[in-house]
Amino acid sequence: MTLPMTLSLPMDSVSAAVRLADAQGLQWQPGQVGEATAHGEIFASGDEGAGAALALALALDRQRAVRAGPSADPLADTPDERMWLWVQDARAIQRSGRPYRAGLPEGLRHRLIHVAVKTAQDALFALEEGLRCRDLAFVIGEITGNPRALDMTASRRLGLAAERHGVPLWLVRLDARRDLSSARMRWEVASAPSPAPGWNAQAPGTQSWQAELFRARRHPPGQWILREDGRLVAEKVGAAAELQRRREGGAKPRPG
Amino acid sequence: MLAPSPSRRILAIWLCRLALDRWRLGEGLAAGEGADAQPLALIAETAHGPRIAAANAAGRAAGAQGGMMLADARTLCPELAVAASDPAGDLAFLEHLAGWALRWGPWSALDPPDGLLVDVTGVAHLFGGEEALLADARAAFARRRFAVRMAIAPTAGAAWALAHHGPDGAILRSGDDPAQRLAGLPVAALRLDEDVLTVLRRLGLKRLGDLDAVAREALVRRFRNRRSASANPLLRMDQLLGRVPEPLLPVLVTHAPLVQRRLMEPIRHRALLEQVVADLAGDMERVLEGAGQGARRLELGLWKVDGEVVVRRVEMAAPSREAAHLAGLFARRLEDVDAGFGIEMVRLRSPWCEPLALAQGDIEHAAQERGTSLAACVDRLTVRLGHDAVRRPILFASHIPERAQRWQGPLEPEKTSQGTFDFHCRPLKMLDKPEQISVIYETPDGLPKRFRWRGETHDVLRSEGPERIAPEWWRERGAVRLRDYYRIEDAMGRRYWIYRSGVVGDGRGGVPAWFLQGLFG
Repeated sequence: MTLPMTLSLPMDSVSAAVRLADAQGLQWQPGQVGEATAHGEIFASGDEGAGAALALALALDRQRAVRAGPSADPLADTPDERMWLWVQDARAIQRSGRPYRAGLPEGLRHRLIHVAVKTAQDALFALEEGLRCRDLAFVIGEITGNPRALDMTASRRLGLAAERHGVPLWLVRLDARRDLSSARMRWEVASAPSPAPGWNAQAPGTQSWQAELFRARRHPPGQWILREDGRLVAEKVGAAAELQRRREGGAKPRPG
Repeated sequence: MLAPSPSRRILAIWLCRLALDRWRLGEGLAAGEGADAQPLALIAETAHGPRIAAANAAGRAAGAQGGMMLADARTLCPELAVAASDPAGDLAFLEHLAGWALRWGPWSALDPPDGLLVDVTGVAHLFGGEEALLADARAAFARRRFAVRMAIAPTAGAAWALAHHGPDGAILRSGDDPAQRLAGLPVAALRLDEDVLTVLRRLGLKRLGDLDAVAREALVRRFRNRRSASANPLLRMDQLLGRVPEPLLPVLVTHAPLVQRRLMEPIRHRALLEQVVADLAGDMERVLEGAGQGARRLELGLWKVDGEVVVRRVEMAAPSREAAHLAGLFARRLEDVDAGFGIEMVRLRSPWCEPLALAQGDIEHAAQERGTSLAACVDRLTVRLGHDAVRRPILFASHIPERAQRWQGPLEPEKTSQGTFDFHCRPLKMLDKPEQISVIYETPDGLPKRFRWRGETHDVLRSEGPERIAPEWWRERGAVRLRDYYRIEDAMGRRYWIYRSGVVGDGRGGVPAWFLQGLFG
């Protein structure tokens, strides 16, 4: 049987699978459209703004990709002026604050509808109502911890609503452990040191995140340094280290 | 003579024994039972001693009258029992009753001390005619054990006169000549003050017909300096005949679309109630569609068997008449309704409508399939979460960061302004209340080196600042300190927005405190 064997694959075979995926173009990269990007989950700490920022960056990235993609309406030259929804539960507001209009990305500032709810049940209700409204561009949710209401069923409901109505959802899970979920792409994100800006090397630069895609339906897992710089820039983490390991692996005989 | 407006119908209800009926209900007695079988009077304390406010049937038979001193009544009937009257309670109860009386019409008013006025214009056909309406009202009051006298007339004055002094259940049709029909009533039917009635009695004017017999000029002259309606019989007469409007009782003709269901059996279950509400929403959709309007506010009234009226209101962000949407909005608001012994009547009213043009019917089927519109989505959210939960940020002309942003309703248009402040770099998120942090920095105004927040130490690797924001002296007190904002990044790459409140030696406090206010992405 092959199943037990795949479960006990040695580390080297995993990297081989990654290399294969790489060769076939299955690796995740920015600028992707499709159902797989319609429902994402982002795990982040409540003491930094990285989770919500990555959700916004992915939403913007998807929007740009849709506009540039083959299914875009060639006559549509007006910008997308649909509203978008940001749902926060009370603990998320307390821990990490409310959205601040002047700090939002330029094109999204005037289109935000913010929903402040007390409990996770209300947050799930608001998210689902938002996903069923096709007049919304996308929906972002912030839920703290691992509430009982947010189980596999609730997550599946959200995913189905998002796919049926074409309204993408990014659910930011603050200070949560990785529980069961039906999200198509699951990220873990933290802030990363930013590149030094040219005019003042002492100042913080373009916002950067260290993001790990630990579960995705279409893509093998991987780690990237992501940067929002007019477009979403992704740098593979440990590309140099990977190369190094390949060389060593080629030199030495494989164990087993 | 100017005919009264034929379009108006007023129902006057006189609870002729209100105080006693309430006392009896409080004691749990039927009429003529227990303590009520003996002579009894309700008394009010006055400066000259106790005075009788109302007496029961046995008491009246024994000679006690309302308005009599208790001492006088005791000489006629020594065994007269007394209880305290409760005029304030009567009035509060009357107010409650006025809400209940809305079951017969969309508008009702108090007529203190013991009457109600209900506008039944265009409503009678729902009950099967005005006689049936009166019978329905009589039965309803009889169930609650209240003695009433009622009348329907085109003006409030005529209805009041007929209810108090005419035959019980009188109906003055709009085709009748009120002057002729009411000529036999005593002048007391004009709602006049006691001293004016005395004057009229001395003049020999006892009935309303007598007033017509005297030349009008003579009466005008006699009462020329009486401005108040209750002191001027001519003014009252004109009000009664509908020649002048009665400002005390502004009968509003409301065009609010209204649909109702009177239920054969009182319902007690949520599922049935939802069915009734869905039916009403369907009716309301047809009514609104006929008028080319959409509802902005809806009132659902539930009349319960025990006399309570439960009202639920919802407001919509944009006019709508979609039955499923209207019913869905109420579905969540019916959760906390206590049906008690049952609900016997349900009414849906739309006091606020806006024009809504007819739209092409949609070809897709279920809302599940086609999704909802933004307005419907906002409605659903606000109904469950409240108005304050769903908002959008707008700009406000201020440099103080927390003041530069305000919140308003999600679909309200943003106010136009000539220009907005072009801030350098603002955080993605702001804490509701800045959190105090302890910072190591070069005094007096150097860059922060290290700080402690939420039990964790952050080494500041990069920083930019200060961005100095002075207090708004035209809005704040003099003791408020300036703020120096720094955009910083720690060793892990986490980016925050922190500020120092004040500088050393600014004369507005001691050592400056540091706060963390915003989180960058």
